[in-house]
Amino acid sequence: MSVRVIDAPTDSALARRFGLERTLTLVARLREVGILLVLLAVVAIVTIQAPLFFSVSNFEQILLNVSLIAIVAVGQTTVVLTRNVDLSVGSMVGLVAFATGDLLKENTLGVPGAIAVGCLLGLGLGAFNGLLVAVAKVPAIVATLGTLYVYRGLDFLVAGGKQVSAIDLPRDYLGIATSSVLGIPTLIVAAALIALVAAYLLRNSGAGRELYAIGSNPAAAEVVGIPTHRLIFGAFVVCGLCAGIAGVLWGSRFGSVNALAASGLELQVIAAVVVGGVNIFGGSGTVIGAVLGAILLATIENALRILHLSEFWLLAIDGAIILLAVGTDAAIRGYFQRILTRTGRR
Amino acid sequence: MTEISPVLQLTGISKRFGAVQALIDVDLDLIANEVHALVGENGAGKSTLVKILAGIHRPDAGHLELDGHELVLSGPAAARHLGIAVIHQHPNLFPDLTVAENVFAGRLPRNRVRGVDWGRLNRAAEKLFANLGVKQRVSVPVRGLSVADQQLVEIAKAFSLDARVLVMDEPTAALSGREVQRLFTIIRQLRGRGVAILFVDHRMEEVFEIADRVSVLRDGRHVITAPISELTPADAIRHMVGRRLETLFPKGQAPIGEVALEVRGLSRSGVFADVSFQVRRGEIVGLAGLVGAGRTEVARVLFGIDHADAGEILVTGKHADIKSPTDAMRLGIVYVPEDRHEQGLVLDFSISANVSLPIVHRLSRLLMIDRAQEGRLAADYSKQLQVRSTGVNQAASGLSGGNQQKVVIAKWLATKPTILLLDEPTQGVDIGAKAEVHRIISQLAAQGMAIVLISSELLEVLGMADRIVVLHEGRVAAEFDRDEASQERIMAAATGQAEA
Repeated sequence: MSVRVIDAPTDSALARRFGLERTLTLVARLREVGILLVLLAVVAIVTIQAPLFFSVSNFEQILLNVSLIAIVAVGQTTVVLTRNVDLSVGSMVGLVAFATGDLLKENTLGVPGAIAVGCLLGLGLGAFNGLLVAVAKVPAIVATLGTLYVYRGLDFLVAGGKQVSAIDLPRDYLGIATSSVLGIPTLIVAAALIALVAAYLLRNSGAGRELYAIGSNPAAAEVVGIPTHRLIFGAFVVCGLCAGIAGVLWGSRFGSVNALAASGLELQVIAAVVVGGVNIFGGSGTVIGAVLGAILLATIENALRILHLSEFWLLAIDGAIILLAVGTDAAIRGYFQRILTRTGRR
Repeated sequence: MTEISPVLQLTGISKRFGAVQALIDVDLDLIANEVHALVGENGAGKSTLVKILAGIHRPDAGHLELDGHELVLSGPAAARHLGIAVIHQHPNLFPDLTVAENVFAGRLPRNRVRGVDWGRLNRAAEKLFANLGVKQRVSVPVRGLSVADQQLVEIAKAFSLDARVLVMDEPTAALSGREVQRLFTIIRQLRGRGVAILFVDHRMEEVFEIADRVSVLRDGRHVITAPISELTPADAIRHMVGRRLETLFPKGQAPIGEVALEVRGLSRSGVFADVSFQVRRGEIVGLAGLVGAGRTEVARVLFGIDHADAGEILVTGKHADIKSPTDAMRLGIVYVPEDRHEQGLVLDFSISANVSLPIVHRLSRLLMIDRAQEGRLAADYSKQLQVRSTGVNQAASGLSGGNQQKVVIAKWLATKPTILLLDEPTQGVDIGAKAEVHRIISQLAAQGMAIVLISSELLEVLGMADRIVVLHEGRVAAEFDRDEASQERIMAAATGQAEA
């Protein structure tokens, strides 16, 4: 319907709206700061209850536990930003972990060779997801639910009931997880590097900008000629690669791999992404937020163990945090939306 | 006319949406055994009035009376139960349920064990269709029925509730000629049974075929109600367009150059057919027509979003193969879409990110966006188009409608186009910003751009365009030069009237 607007907003209304705009931007940035504050609060409370919690070695332990999840969360964030989701990440990590372990056991390619093959396998699995979603147009949630089972099935097929144990694995491979760079465990450094590079690329590259545009307004992205399907395919490939990297590191971190490795990981990863402020409907959020989300969840898990609380509490609190994070988001969005509407934006 | 008390009477109805006054003090009465046609331009307020009758909107002022009793419609269900049935342009049915289930949705007959009594349901539905004089199997799913048949399901549903007032919102828009005649037979039959019918349409020949009385709305106001015999189609059109005291926004002087864009016999089946026109550099060609005439659809094909089945597009005299927006942009064609929220802006993005979006790779060095250059570019265009903001880093969501539209235009100008397709560029924009948008369009033409301007506002087209191509039901109905065009002639062509 074509309509006639009678009065333009007054200057004071405009000024108020601009003030609001700044607040909105601030809130968006504060999202990461908010998670940090919650994290600090958790640390403070648990430290008072159990001083043992506050030690360098414990924090190192938490970060080690987070490192692999964080790497997968980086890939997942890339996919979620485009309004998609990858449910198959746990199976991809598991399949890559076992395949890499198997190669290392035979030790025909050497450690670097096995790692390269593992990463490429992850990339390929991601590309297959990407084909299903971007080319065959299967909704991501269905496509990756399918590959969750397919990839896990392949894992079982390859494993055939066996497992790769620490004694089968080369010493220098197992050494990756225990080594450190400048006193910081290598796994933590690797995760931090991957997250920082991804954050930088998403923020500053043309393709990164376009990924956000696709998630934020697909129709507008299409109209400006953004190759939407190619980019969504790319996001799934990146996600597969991240799962692949986590997969090749899995055996080193845990010493043994069986066909059930990393099952259920997808839910932990999605929880981290959502708690980290990445909009599940795409278009907003950052990799840094997702990593902070993973750290927060792992810290709480660690704290509960130290406080000797039961597993039930762990699950319940994780759930409550997800609801809280999403609820806060919705409330803030709704609040500002109302104010914007009131000041006359159509 | 002798005093017959109306079934439904509307008095002084006004409705405002935010800053937009959609209806002002409208009176209308519907009488039993009568078809009352409601006509008006796009945006005259017809749909708003229909929605008030349907109980979807509540009027801000004025009142409705049913049989002389004041009526407050608390919602669509209330309207239905009071016997006011509204058939919307697009039937609103459950495609996977059967015809009978749709007719009795929400009140299926039950058997002794509270299950659905299928026998009774189907017999009741069959009886309804028999009463309408229509053959229709009632146990088939609605999916797969033609739009015309789906409308009949809606009508049957209305009469299962003993509707006394039937409101039809552009019911013929999607029907073929034969289907229209079948619908008219049914309408006449219902009229004979005492139903008061409001027939909202803008096709003059249909209105004059079916209606007993006609009312005209213009800019949300009631202009005239007259028996059909006292009015000619030309009169009705004159009332629709009226003479408005509004500033025209004339196009400035621009040298007209060679042909930049030519369309020959362009067709897309079911949408538009055999559309041909030319646009020269420095020229603004207006595409006029009613909503649904195929104007936006032509623009979408020119920009490569949709594809033509037949015909040819030539850019600067050479055959152009446009398969995607990227192809179109390479040829210098850009499209500023009608709905800036749906297709134009990324609201979460800043002004500069929106402006740079189509050329973000050109602004990048070693894959990384050159922020300084991006900011300069956005600042330049913001200044040129006078975007009012706190700065180029402000999110687009916080801008007013007019300023958002300027950002969308800036985005496309950044691609340095030679052919600009503008779809309703001033829709929902306040008067001040509208004049600015017109000034900008005029400047762009003066710089040698070839511009296609799609607009439902006749005065905008008349003021801005050098030539006006009028579409009617997907075909070119007329083409006028600036000095031979008038509101009446455009509206006559747009409503399917031959030249008077």
